[in-house]
Amino acid sequence: MARAVPLRRKLIFTGLAWGCGFVIFFPILWTILTSFKTEGEAVAIPPTFLFFDWTLENYGVVQERSDYLKFASNSVILALGSTLIGLLIAVPAAWAMAFAPGRRTKDLLMWMLSTKMMPPVGALIPLYLIFRDLKLLDSHIGIIMVLMLLNLPIIIWMLYTYFREIPGEILEASRMDGASIGKELIYVLAPMAVPGIASTVLLNIILAWNEAFWTLTLTTRNAAPLTQFIASYSSPEGLFWAKLSAASTMAIAPILVLGWFAQKQLVRGLTFGAVK
Amino acid sequence: MATQQTRSIGRIAVAPSVLALFLWMIVPLAMTVWFSFLRYNLLDPNPACSLMTPGALLDAANRCMAGAANYYYFLTDPAFFKAMRNSLLLVFWVLVISVAGGTLLALLLDQAIYGRNAVRLMVIAPFFVMPTVSALVWKNMMMHPVQGFLAWITKSLGLGAIDWFAHYPMTAIVIMVSWQWMPFATLIILTALQSFDEEQKEAAQMDGAPPLSFFWYMIVPHLARPVTVVILIETIFLLNIFAEIYVTGSGGRAGNLPFLVYHYGLLSNDIGGASAGGVIAVILANIAAFFLMRMIGKNLEA
Repeated sequence: MARAVPLRRKLIFTGLAWGCGFVIFFPILWTILTSFKTEGEAVAIPPTFLFFDWTLENYGVVQERSDYLKFASNSVILALGSTLIGLLIAVPAAWAMAFAPGRRTKDLLMWMLSTKMMPPVGALIPLYLIFRDLKLLDSHIGIIMVLMLLNLPIIIWMLYTYFREIPGEILEASRMDGASIGKELIYVLAPMAVPGIASTVLLNIILAWNEAFWTLTLTTRNAAPLTQFIASYSSPEGLFWAKLSAASTMAIAPILVLGWFAQKQLVRGLTFGAVK
Repeated sequence: MATQQTRSIGRIAVAPSVLALFLWMIVPLAMTVWFSFLRYNLLDPNPACSLMTPGALLDAANRCMAGAANYYYFLTDPAFFKAMRNSLLLVFWVLVISVAGGTLLALLLDQAIYGRNAVRLMVIAPFFVMPTVSALVWKNMMMHPVQGFLAWITKSLGLGAIDWFAHYPMTAIVIMVSWQWMPFATLIILTALQSFDEEQKEAAQMDGAPPLSFFWYMIVPHLARPVTVVILIETIFLLNIFAEIYVTGSGGRAGNLPFLVYHYGLLSNDIGGASAGGVIAVILANIAAFFLMRMIGKNLEA
């Protein structure tokens, strides 16, 4: 039986919740609005909210002056590249640990998790020098590897928690029918694993896209993603808020949309399955 | 039941991940520890160092054994105490704000309200904002002392404008980082609240449990675990905050341990000193990690 909630109470809570939501969302909303203003209007006091001359000019200027598309394509390459390579080595590992666990599997999982605890600054100096000596600084492949390794424990853990929910009996049945391990993987496991893998991909792309320690320290221009692109706006030249807003909007929009779809996966992935 | 064959295939399947993570963890860490005992400056070759130090890659002329000198200098550098203090302040205040705010918000969003999904979208949005973006948006458009939105509000209220990053850089960073992490706490706690057994809820109501004691005896114990998870995970990430401080240029006064290590290594070229700092950061993180691992390990058995 559904509980009857007094209408007045519901209205009060609704008002409160929308108020909180609006305040929290405001900086993002403000950035998006400002990106459509002229530079003069962007710094106007009192600020203008909706009634200003909407313009798309800033978006053009940002592309022209700082080559947004190059950084954006770098972000895409790094996020997708690291996710793909990560999946390639994580799927077999998670599959094996979920379906043929040994005595050491649990320790192994915990150890993998522990690599995530290592603070990046502990590895910054050697990695910087290794990259310098191997000419990997500001290269795509170098950053892809770093991002992949950074998120590999999360990928394995997430896949593991999804794979574990697939009933093992189905695999046994297919084995009885004489399916080889390869066939079992392709025809039986893969279709059931796709949702879990898709969620993992989504979360990993978000994490890789927003990663801002290694991308800021190991890239300068050639392989620099959007984090670096935005950071280049930290030394202002004249009026620049509207342009900064346009650049910011373009940098966060794709991930905001993905993120809204990935809420549930985010909880599972970032808590390593502790909260579902 | 796993046969011998599946087991050996399993080992081969796990091997690449284990190997990759092992190298990723051990090689840089070992080098950091090794460098931390060297006198090693990228721009300052030292003639006394020409006695080849073992393990040299390049820059052999720039390094020689320093014993514990790096640790001595790093630990007695006044900047270290400041960085340490800033690190702990940042973690502490962001945890307090995000857990308290997150719990309240989650409880609010768990009520029967109109448009709950829409509100939830707005609330979690900041978590997906790139750190460099939120740093610049907050520094310029929200907290700018003349044209910032907050300045306009405080001036309209007759309080005068506050120059956040000039006068209260630490407070500014805490507000910004809390804004990014409170959505995470809200989302986790809300997920836990929604998994609360409806039947238990109804049973409690039928028994006429007053709302407060219902909250205290039913909800609070149910939230203990997700809140612990939030605290531990946020601690790991908050100890490593870097971009927000770097991009807003507040490293001088609000710099934390990661920023100080970056400053030693990549700005002052003192590889030895930076490595000593890195080792100290690793030790700190391990203390936090110890508790998190125990928690998740317990959960794995359940």
